[in-house]
Amino acid sequence: MSIVDTPVPVAPAAPARATARLLRSELRLVFGRVRNLVLLAGLAAVPLLIGTVLFVTQSTPVAGQGPPFLDRVTGNGVFLVFAALVSCLPFLLPLCVAIVSGDAIAGEASTGTLRYLLVVPVPRTRLLLAKAVAALAFAGAAVVAIAVVGLAAGAAYFGVGDVVLLSGDTIPLAAGMLRTLGVVGYVIASLTGLVAVGLFLSTLTEVPVAAMASTVVVAIVSGVLDALPQLSAIHPGLLTHHWLDFGEFLRLEVDASTLLAGLAVQGAWVAIFGALAWSRFTTADVSS
Amino acid sequence: MTAGGPAAEPAVRTRGLTKRFRSGQVAVDHIDLVVPRGAVYGFLGPNGSGKTTTIRMLLGLVSPTAGSVELLGSSMPGGGPVVLPRVGALVEGPAFHPYLSARANLERLDAVDATASPQSRPGRIDAALERVGLTAAAAKKYRQYSLGMKQRLGLAAALLRPRDLLLLDEPTNGLDPQGTREVRALVRELADGGATVLVSSHLLSEIEQVCSHVGIMSRGELLAQGTRAEIAETGTTEVRVMTRPDQRAHVARVLTGLGLEDVRVDGEVVAAPLGGTAVEKVAQAVVGDGVDLLGLEVRRPTLEDVFVRLTGEGFDVDR
Repeated sequence: MSIVDTPVPVAPAAPARATARLLRSELRLVFGRVRNLVLLAGLAAVPLLIGTVLFVTQSTPVAGQGPPFLDRVTGNGVFLVFAALVSCLPFLLPLCVAIVSGDAIAGEASTGTLRYLLVVPVPRTRLLLAKAVAALAFAGAAVVAIAVVGLAAGAAYFGVGDVVLLSGDTIPLAAGMLRTLGVVGYVIASLTGLVAVGLFLSTLTEVPVAAMASTVVVAIVSGVLDALPQLSAIHPGLLTHHWLDFGEFLRLEVDASTLLAGLAVQGAWVAIFGALAWSRFTTADVSS
Repeated sequence: MTAGGPAAEPAVRTRGLTKRFRSGQVAVDHIDLVVPRGAVYGFLGPNGSGKTTTIRMLLGLVSPTAGSVELLGSSMPGGGPVVLPRVGALVEGPAFHPYLSARANLERLDAVDATASPQSRPGRIDAALERVGLTAAAAKKYRQYSLGMKQRLGLAAALLRPRDLLLLDEPTNGLDPQGTREVRALVRELADGGATVLVSSHLLSEIEQVCSHVGIMSRGELLAQGTRAEIAETGTTEVRVMTRPDQRAHVARVLTGLGLEDVRVDGEVVAAPLGGTAVEKVAQAVVGDGVDLLGLEVRRPTLEDVFVRLTGEGFDVDR
């Protein structure tokens, strides 16, 4: 009997299981790549660097000097997490997001592997979603790495204790840890908009570096515009405007509306650029 | 075979398939491709004649400007999720992640296939690597592969699962003569197993021996299509008369007198398309006219003659 007479049994796995397998493969690709691991290690080194400098010089910065929270680090190691996040948010974290999200589609297109994924077949929408989730997971891993190393280095150098909030009130360390978790979650959520932007730019080109660089430029331009008082009308909608609002977690009464405003802005950027990426990727000719 | 079932339809059929790029260039111009089930279809044409763009449209990678595609009875691209698992493809050369090993690359391709069984994956990967002779190099990073090994890995990926249809775009590119022979043997083996194979090439000689059917592309148009014999018959049968040098002009006059057209002196022979004239008549006429006939040959048209006539002989790419 020939193969023609007996079509290859095609038993599609449950979509959920197929998606899980695809996602696992994407995660392995992103987290297995040496370049990305070096990037993670570099980001994780930032809190270590800050902590070491403060520890070695034994000088407590004056409040208001240097990045926010820096003056509190020597008093309580927990603050090294916040100081490191503040230091990484303007450039290093966007860079990290840009590299992974910009590479997502353009990288596969430049190696030509995209056409082979699509003829497997992997549905384009599902592939785009998996790419988005993997890029976000990497951004999340970067934030977590900064937090974990920051906490460890802070504890080792300066010890940790009850957390003195911005208002001057003190909360127990356990509650402080919970708020730190909130900070990490908020910072990760703050990066979702940029992931969507990077993914969209990644669908426009077969040159991954171009998509990565443009994504970084978007984040930097957003920061520049945010600094121009003449443009205060558009500030609330800017991609990066609410990024540092994670300090809200360090007030006695956390103002949910401030945080929700930041999340809403990210949601809007995700919706717009996610839709653009989807409409572009699901209709474009794959000629790479 | 189910009655009136899918086997009755061609494995590949396009109707008026057209691709006009945004630049305005028409890469593929209203082609009606028909690849019967079980055929080994040689898809021939010079570089740039539109073969790869056609294959991309067959697979749903590029959307046609006009026309339709049916693969194994399902219309594309809508039928892709159902039909593509039964199709193995090599499109415009192999492509894999350079920093992953050959095996890891195949594992990835199989893992993202919703219809492939993870349980049988290791066995199928081993079998595919074995089939293309890469078992020993399975752990090597793709970027350390030579061009020929890359091509083999591309074939292995197409053979990860049993396929009903294989679309192989220039599978012999980068292979040495030995590798080319192996690919031909592989194609024959797949066809013997019942699969339909479409093999594209810009070199007729690379695939001529394995093809049952041929389609010839040039400048985006499908100039001829059919079985090998059908295509070859569209060529011209020639009569070639060998004689002494001083009698060549004489022979040419005799042939012209017989009503043969386009008589020419081709090196040491006088040649002309035979047309409807019987070869005996030519022999009689030549001998009867006092020519010393040293030899007489009837040359049947070959596929190559037709290919060259349709696509030209030069090295120039089509555009």
